[in-house]
Amino acid sequence: MAEINAVYVLIARDLKKFVREKSRLLSTLARPVIWLFLVGGGMSRLVSDSMGMPYIQFIFPGILGMTILFGSIFSSISIIWDKEFGLMKEILVAPVSRFSIVIGKALSGSLISLLQATMILLISPIIGIDLGLQQIIYALAVSFLLAFCISSLGIIIATFFESFESFSAIMNFIVMPMFFLSGAMYPVQKLPDILKGVSKVNPLTYGVDALKHALLQDSRFTDFSIAMDIGVLIAASIIFVSIAGYLFTKRI
Amino acid sequence: MPVIKINNLSKSYGEIHAVRNVSLEVAKGSIFGFLGPNGAGKTTTINILCTLLKPTSGTASIAGYDCNTESSGVRNHIGIVFQDTTLDKDLTAYENLLFHAYLYSVKRKDRKKKIEDSLEFVGLYERRHDLVKKFSGGMKRRLEVARGLIHDPEVLFLDEPTLGLDPQSRSNLWEFITKLPEKQGVTVFMTTHYMEEAEVCDQIAIIDRGSIIAQGTPNELKKSIGGDIIYIKTSDNEKAASDIEKLLNLKPTIKNGEIYVTVERGDTCLPELIRTLGESVLSVRLQRPTLNDVFLQLTGKQIRDVEISAGATLKENVRSHRRKFGRD
Repeated sequence: MAEINAVYVLIARDLKKFVREKSRLLSTLARPVIWLFLVGGGMSRLVSDSMGMPYIQFIFPGILGMTILFGSIFSSISIIWDKEFGLMKEILVAPVSRFSIVIGKALSGSLISLLQATMILLISPIIGIDLGLQQIIYALAVSFLLAFCISSLGIIIATFFESFESFSAIMNFIVMPMFFLSGAMYPVQKLPDILKGVSKVNPLTYGVDALKHALLQDSRFTDFSIAMDIGVLIAASIIFVSIAGYLFTKRI
Repeated sequence: MPVIKINNLSKSYGEIHAVRNVSLEVAKGSIFGFLGPNGAGKTTTINILCTLLKPTSGTASIAGYDCNTESSGVRNHIGIVFQDTTLDKDLTAYENLLFHAYLYSVKRKDRKKKIEDSLEFVGLYERRHDLVKKFSGGMKRRLEVARGLIHDPEVLFLDEPTLGLDPQSRSNLWEFITKLPEKQGVTVFMTTHYMEEAEVCDQIAIIDRGSIIAQGTPNELKKSIGGDIIYIKTSDNEKAASDIEKLLNLKPTIKNGEIYVTVERGDTCLPELIRTLGESVLSVRLQRPTLNDVFLQLTGKQIRDVEISAGATLKENVRSHRRKFGRD
């Protein structure tokens, strides 16, 4: 019971703060919208004919993946913030296991990302993607799984940093490469072998691929089977959350 | 009945010995002061007691729970106010305490009342729905004390509770720290490097470079360094000094135009002295030894000097060791 209470309150705290900070809510939604319309819209003129689908529609699953990537990573690395400003100590001396703290944090990151993903999904009719209820549920389920996976990865990253000064390093060396090497903006098959290799160990690649299955429903644009996507995401989630739990007991 | 028992506790980081063979007992319902300069090992000891650190050797127990093997039992029975603020500034006072109540599984029906009672106790009830970032340093510290109490701990740890507070907030904070054992039935274990603040403690242990160098009540410690000092100025110091030596059997010294004598109890000796010397007395002054004098006597250093040299370097060494090898 103690552990469930702890998981609950960690989630409740993050959600409360997320809803309270309107500016944060706005800026997390602005990024994907800007990418979708400015980058997607601009590039459409360049590539649309050769693809068999408007470019803006092609990148929609990728933009959803991006929303989840940023939402989850930001939510998890707020742990660094908590370490720097002290609250983490209060959490660590409480009579709850480190693993519950990791689960609580991973779930709060997942739920916040899921909220953001839902709002981005609402844009889909504007860019000409019509979704049935089944597709929406499927996309949200994939979103949640991907969000949990990335949040767990974010917790692993957070255990290695003591202050928020490292924030831009995390952005430049982890988050942006993950985004560009995920197939979100362009198909990964056409990349040089070495980058293709990197994209294959990038969990976001499988998340974006699963979202393409859900939203585009066109096998020309997907790289793996749905079963493979989901399987990799589940396996990566279990591995990441275990590592995060281990690191939390060792390092923090 | 001791609520905290520490037996031969040591903590080393490689070659650095942060805590060496510390043994002490803290009686239930008392205020215990753990004194020493910065970097003497106070926080390391607290971190071991709070189960945040594993000792290298020795044992410690709180309310019957072993700090090394029964961390969950220990954690359920202690409250902690750390040196640095550990509140969420973007939540309200009430929300911070609610967060804590959930973490400690305070029963649903008791939550609201416990939170409101402890906010009342520290005088922050009116401000309960304000965001913590609007609070002053003293209010934050009081809120943390309130938070430490809502799960009814046996022991409340206060690590340098008055650090960084202005004099008014400080005395304000002291006022209810001293009320804690009586009103909340909690044992207080506090560290400080302000010796004058430790006067309110029932028991004191002085730690320097990881080892305990003295233990006792504030009065016992002060007595241990030879008691009070009386300074007397008379019209004829030479004669007065020899009178004091002959008639009262004391050992006076003349220095800077004043006679000074060390006596066990200044308050009873003073009238006797004045009676003996009669009208030749021009001025009298009684100086009680402070805990600072105790520290000075025991270590040969002022506590403030130690802070800068040994304290600072030890802290730095421990931190860099932690960076390299992790916490344990």
